[in-house]
Parts: sequence; structure tokens; C-alpha cells
Amino acid sequence: MKNVTYCVIEGKSPGFYGGIAVSLLFISLGLFAAYNMEHHGHAITGMTNQIVWGMPHIFAIFLIVAASGVLNVASISSVFRKVFYSPLARLSALLAITLLIGGLSVLVLDLGRPDRLIIAMTYYNFKSIFAWNIILYNGFIMICAIYLWFMMERRMQRYYPTAGLIAFIWRLILTTGTGSIFGLLVAREAYQTAIMAPLFIALSLSLGLAIFLIVLLIDCWETHCALGEGVLHRPKTLLGVLIGAVFYFVLAYHISHLYFTGRHGVEYFILAGGGIYTVLFWGGYLFLGTILPLLLLYHDRFTRSRASIAAASILTLIGGFSLLYVIIIGGQAYPLEIFPGMEVTSSGFFDDSPVHPYTPSVWEIMLGLSGIAISALLTVLALRIMPFMPRSLADNDIDETFKD
Amino acid sequence: MSEDINPNRRAFLKTTAAVAGVTVVAPGVLLYGVSQAKPADEAVTSDVRWGMLIDTTKCADGCDACVNACTAEHGLTEDSSPETKAHWIRKVGLRDKQTGRESSLPMLCQHCENPPCVDVCPTGASFKRADGIVLVDRHICIGCRYCMMACPYKARSFIHETLENQKPHTPRGKGTVESCTLCVHRVDSGGEPACVEACSQADHKAMLFGDMKDPNSEISKKLSEVSSTALRADMGLNPGVRYQGL
Repeated sequence: MKNVTYCVIEGKSPGFYGGIAVSLLFISLGLFAAYNMEHHGHAITGMTNQIVWGMPHIFAIFLIVAASGVLNVASISSVFRKVFYSPLARLSALLAITLLIGGLSVLVLDLGRPDRLIIAMTYYNFKSIFAWNIILYNGFIMICAIYLWFMMERRMQRYYPTAGLIAFIWRLILTTGTGSIFGLLVAREAYQTAIMAPLFIALSLSLGLAIFLIVLLIDCWETHCALGEGVLHRPKTLLGVLIGAVFYFVLAYHISHLYFTGRHGVEYFILAGGGIYTVLFWGGYLFLGTILPLLLLYHDRFTRSRASIAAASILTLIGGFSLLYVIIIGGQAYPLEIFPGMEVTSSGFFDDSPVHPYTPSVWEIMLGLSGIAISALLTVLALRIMPFMPRSLADNDIDETFKD
Repeated sequence: MSEDINPNRRAFLKTTAAVAGVTVVAPGVLLYGVSQAKPADEAVTSDVRWGMLIDTTKCADGCDACVNACTAEHGLTEDSSPETKAHWIRKVGLRDKQTGRESSLPMLCQHCENPPCVDVCPTGASFKRADGIVLVDRHICIGCRYCMMACPYKARSFIHETLENQKPHTPRGKGTVESCTLCVHRVDSGGEPACVEACSQADHKAMLFGDMKDPNSEISKKLSEVSSTALRADMGLNPGVRYQGL
């Protein structure tokens, strides 16, 4: 392995300033939305007492699971000792931090009382997986920062594999915790299953890698840094495997639910009669987010093209977002089974609704997008300030013995 | 000389005697109630478990007395949309899918022995008192709504708007979650929840409140006599609210 030199991005291009300006615009819009949601209350959003978690939660969880997954590349290099990936490990750990901060910002700004964040940090109910997640998220940021420090500081290099192993184990626990937010909900038929944890882990790995590939392509395109085919193709193959892994868990989830007679109702709702949820499941997740990217990544006709790798990564993100929408909103839209064996003929609180409606408000979307903007801004500024990117990503600059 | 007693005067004397009697006796009765109540400086204990037995055969379809009483008692009068308005108690009409038998019941926080809302709350704002009443500490509720996701009975409401004209005994706040308190302010003074009182006043007497741990309480005696149902008993939450005739 050659000695890789790292550099900061030049930060003089229109793309750099444009990216910062667009990010600041979306962050401002998000903060404005958060202000309005706090000032007027959540009544101005599409969320209700039936659909209590809405669009902000989808963005937040999307970013949080992606943050865990984007560390793939660093883990592969330090835990699985694939040195070919080592030059990209810094970017990988940086993105893990910035994506998590973006996701957590959305989550916090959506709280009914975001001013009580200090309470969330000082009062813990250790039976709550949510409380554990607060510790896991904060710990992950700290561990990734230490991991980065060990990577970048020559004197600490010998501890770098240990830090990598801790980060690897921590992120698996973290995504288990995020999946368990739903898996441990006994009340709702769409959740209440342990498979949520591995499903979220698989989803985090595929979303994280897709984001990593997109950032890599944008960065190299913008900075005219040489980007070898090998650098792209090895993670590309892995992306296909991870998309397949998500599909496996989704399949296992639905097959087990279809087997349980008591859950036929919610399965019919998601898979056949759920309107937007059914469309998003088959069209968004399965076709756009699974079949199409697999085709782009593995079919001989597309497999060598960078455009198809970029398209497959973007489609993976669309698929993951759709799947989260179906899980989070669809799971709430299907009414609770409070009176088994009974038909609800009237109710003062929508127990008789066949489905709880939800239309995301523009405020929620603004807040959600600001999470992505926060992640993007932090990433760009970090790349400008510190040397995270190798000077060249040409295959032979990374590995002299490289053969694709 | 005999003097005829004026019938009006007789009536006056009777009324005066009755009023005097009530004036003398009533405070004693009230004080007895207060003496049975928990002193304000004494912590609640697990020696009691407050609960409710609802007789669905007596709950009249179309009667909203309990709901209205709750609204008035706690000042749940905000002019919000039905989807975002707080509902601490609601009426539900049911039809058995097999037999077609219809019933009506009030649905409120079931004050579970093992409440999922308490389990999931990250800060411990959702809590259960030793006497079984499940409450929200509005001072440390951060408004994450995870408890609403976890409640199997959809008993909780998030406050979506600024509130005005709050009742001193029911502090509420925008951005926090709330639910039936079992009228804890009344219970701690030896009273019963407003909904139960309203149901009695409407002459339905479908709601019975009391200490489920006291074998001599009316509710315990009734529970030992009649068949009652816990909603979603399969979850093992052991709710403090039971339904008869469901």
C-alpha cells in the first residue's frame, strides 16, 4: 500500500459556494418551520393524535440509520483489514458524524418541547429504548470523532484498529436500538417484531453506502480528483448485496405477518389496499429502490457506467425513504385493534376510521430537508478545513498492485 | 284562649329544623369524607389500587355525560380540530362481529399495572403512582410522543396548540402529552372521578370507582361477583379499568 496524501478541498469553485448557499437556505427554512411549529404548536403540521410521528421522523430516522451505515467503508478497512478502502475511511467517519447530527437536529426540533433538550440529556428511564438511543447517538458521535482523530494523528495510529472495532460494534447496537424503537412497540400490529432490528441494520448499511458513493462521486467531480474504477466498483458490488439483504428482511417480515391470521388486516392494508402506502411499497421501495438499482448494478449493459452507479445509489435512497414512510406512517395509519372481535360502530376519537389519514405539511418537509442540509453543510465545511480526502483516488495511487 | 297554628308557620318551622339539621350534620359527613382521604403531606401507597368497573349494559348509547363532565372538569375546551383536540375519555359504540350484539362504553386511560407508556418514556415523565394512577409529569415531558405510539388504547393526546383558561388543578401545556388523570385531584381529597359522578347523576350508574385492593370496597365485591373483561388482556398489562357485559 502506498502512502496516501490527504488534502483539503480548494473551496473556490462555484459548486462549493453554491452548495453552501443552498444548504444555508434549506437550514433557514427548516429553522423557520421549527419556529412556527413551536410558536403555533404542531396543529400547523399534518401530524395528529392518530398519526403522531410524521415526515420529520422519516427524515430523521433516514439520516440516523444512514449515519450508522456510512461507516461501512471505514469498518471494512479497519475491522476487516481491507486496506484498499483505508484512504476513504476518513470521509466515511466524517459522514457518519455529519449525517447523525443532521438527523438528530430534525428529531430534536420536532419535539413538542425542544427547549427541554437538557431534560432529555439528564433524566433517563433506562427501560426506554428511546433513552438508550440518546446515549447511543451521543456516544456514536464521540466514538467516530475519536476514531477520526486516531486515523489522522500519526502517533495514535496503533490504536486505530481498536477504535474501528468499537465504532463497528457501537453502530450495530445503535441501529438495533433504532429498529427496536418500532420493534418494541407492543400495541401496533405493523411493528412489535424483533426483525425490525436486523431490518434497520441492513437498511442502514445500504443507505449509508449509497450516500457514501454519491458523496464520493460529487466530490471527485467537483474537485476533479482522479477516481479509479476499482474504488467505485468494489463498493458498488457491496451495495447490491446490501440492497438484497434489505429485501430479504422485508420479505421475511411480510411472510411471517402473512402467516399470522391476526395480522392479515395490516398486511392487506400495506400490500394491497393501503393507497399511498401500497404504491410506495411496490413502486417506491420494491421497483425503484430494489429491482432497478440491482439491474443497474449487475446487468452487463449498465454495470461499467458511473452514471448507473450514481443512479443506483440515488434509487436506493428513494427506496429506503419509501420503505421508512410505509413502516412509520403506514404502521400508524392502520387503526389500533383495541376491541378484538368487535366492529367499532361509532367513536368520539376515530376508532371507527378504516384508516387514519395523513398529509405531510410543508413545515414538516422544510424541517426534514433542513436535516439533509445540516449534514451537507457540515460535511462541506469539514472537507474545506481538514484533510479528509485523498489527493488522488486513482486505483494505482491507492494500491500499486491493484487489478480490477 | 286557644290559638290556631298557622299552617304556613308550621311549614316554616319544619324547613328551619331541616336546614338546621343539615347544617349541623353535613359538615360532619363531609369531614368524615375528608378524614378518610389521604392527608396532603402523606405519600400515596401501594396499599390501594384505584380502579374502575364499567357496566356496558348500563352505558346508554348516545349519552355523553361522562365525556362532558371530563371536558368541564379539566377545561378540555380548546377549539381545535377533532384530529388534534385532546380526548381523555370518549364514547365508543361496538358490534360483536359474530353475534351482532351491540354495546356502548366509555374509553379512557386504562391505568395499567404494566403501562407501556411508562416503559417507553425516555425521561420518566410518564409514570405510575404507587396507587396505580398513571400520570404525565408535564415538567419533564419533552413532547416526543413515543408514549402515544406505545399506548394500545389510544388514550393519550398531544397538545397541538396554545391553551387558555386552564383549570388550576389540571395543569396542561402546549407541546406535551396528557391523558386521563383519574381525576387525581378529587381522588386525593376522597372524591371520585368527574365522569363517574356524572354517570351517576345521569342515573345510569354504569361506572363504579374504588379501591381494587380493599376486599370490602364496592368495586372489589362487584368484581368478585360478575364477569369482567380487561381490554387487550392478551398483552398482560393488567389495566385498572374493567368492563362488564362486553
